[in-house]
Amino acid sequence: MRLIPTGSQTAGPFFRFGLDRPEWSDLTAGGKAAGKTIRIEGRVVDGDGAPVPDALLEIWQANAVGKYAHSEDRQEKPLDPNFRGFGRCATDGEGRYHFVTIRPGAVPGRGNAMQAPHVNLRVFARGLLKHVTTRVYFPGEALNATDPVLSTVEDLSRRRTLIADGASADGSPTVYRFDIVLQGKGETVFFDI
Amino acid sequence: MSDGAEYLRARPGEEPPYLHRDYGSTVKRAPTQTLLRVDHTLSEITGPSFADGWAGPEQVDLTRQNKGAPIGERMIVAGRVLDEHGRAIAGTLVELWQANSAGRYMHEADQHDAPLDPNFTGAGHVVTNENGEYRFITIVPGAYPWRNTPNAWRSQHLHFSVFGPAFATRVITQMYFPGDPLLDYDPIFHSISDEAARQRLVSRYDPELSVAEWALGYRFDMVLRGRAATPTGI
Repeated sequence: MRLIPTGSQTAGPFFRFGLDRPEWSDLTAGGKAAGKTIRIEGRVVDGDGAPVPDALLEIWQANAVGKYAHSEDRQEKPLDPNFRGFGRCATDGEGRYHFVTIRPGAVPGRGNAMQAPHVNLRVFARGLLKHVTTRVYFPGEALNATDPVLSTVEDLSRRRTLIADGASADGSPTVYRFDIVLQGKGETVFFDI
Repeated sequence: MSDGAEYLRARPGEEPPYLHRDYGSTVKRAPTQTLLRVDHTLSEITGPSFADGWAGPEQVDLTRQNKGAPIGERMIVAGRVLDEHGRAIAGTLVELWQANSAGRYMHEADQHDAPLDPNFTGAGHVVTNENGEYRFITIVPGAYPWRNTPNAWRSQHLHFSVFGPAFATRVITQMYFPGDPLLDYDPIFHSISDEAARQRLVSRYDPELSVAEWALGYRFDMVLRGRAATPTGI
């Protein structure tokens, strides 16, 4: 017999004292994680472009060589004892968030189609009865052209909402900007997973 | 690498929509574009583990976090985290937060006319045991007004956050109390249109869980998505 799954309800505006753990916005264990340390930062805005000051973001990602710290990732790649891959950050009064993490390696998709390196991201907030889910991809990554998820988004302006902004002289930035537009012009592509 | 079985999807009415006009805050925050359906890959079928204590020492007694005892009806809330096939989900993080007995949150943005309780913060967390069980001691939260519509009141509720084994199993929900007359008027509760799915969010008073002359007992199981059948069977 099937049990009906417990439905989602909004996190509401008053979750901070229950869920906010500022130390969880640094996934590198204070810089000990292997790989290139990066910062992902941005803002969450609503359909009027107004900041969302009561959002909670969570990320989940593979380590620098593209392995998830989870028993179902059976790839023959090393785990990093200093990298769990999970992060959480609440937005500030201007809707801003940031994570310090490492640039993830590529992981395979279904049927061994390689996926481009990405960070899985979800947002909870007052007004979101169910969290929204998306991915952060990285600019200038060759695998983006063949990524099974990115290539499903045919509208290029929409596809761009999934790719962080980042620029530096050597083409390998350490700060990436990824804004999340919940609604309207420039609305981020959200997933049904 | 073999592809792991996908997680099952909710049936119509079992999950709330993003846009639910009766809940005004959804109007400017609900996505308007069709969601992109993504086949589950390693990214979706993996997720963080908390079984090694990474989330810190457990906090299961919310009545003993401060100097004195909080005002309110003491209650035990306990239950299991299961998947939709009824299998226990062990080692997953359950987080709880709530208003005090006067209906006020320990949060700077909650300034409504009700007292804070210096002896009640209202947050706890625990990792489920090998049977998927969790248990907290707390106090019954009060109802509180909100500005969704004139003279609107939220039903009494506890907020629960659960991870489950995968990125795809994450859920934040609210637990309600049986017989609360405010439920009939609560647009957040009614955002789930399926009656049976809505009742999943209502806890059950359990005399077996109550402790004589000490605490009420409410049972609340949380059910996460299960896997599709695989060629090797369930």
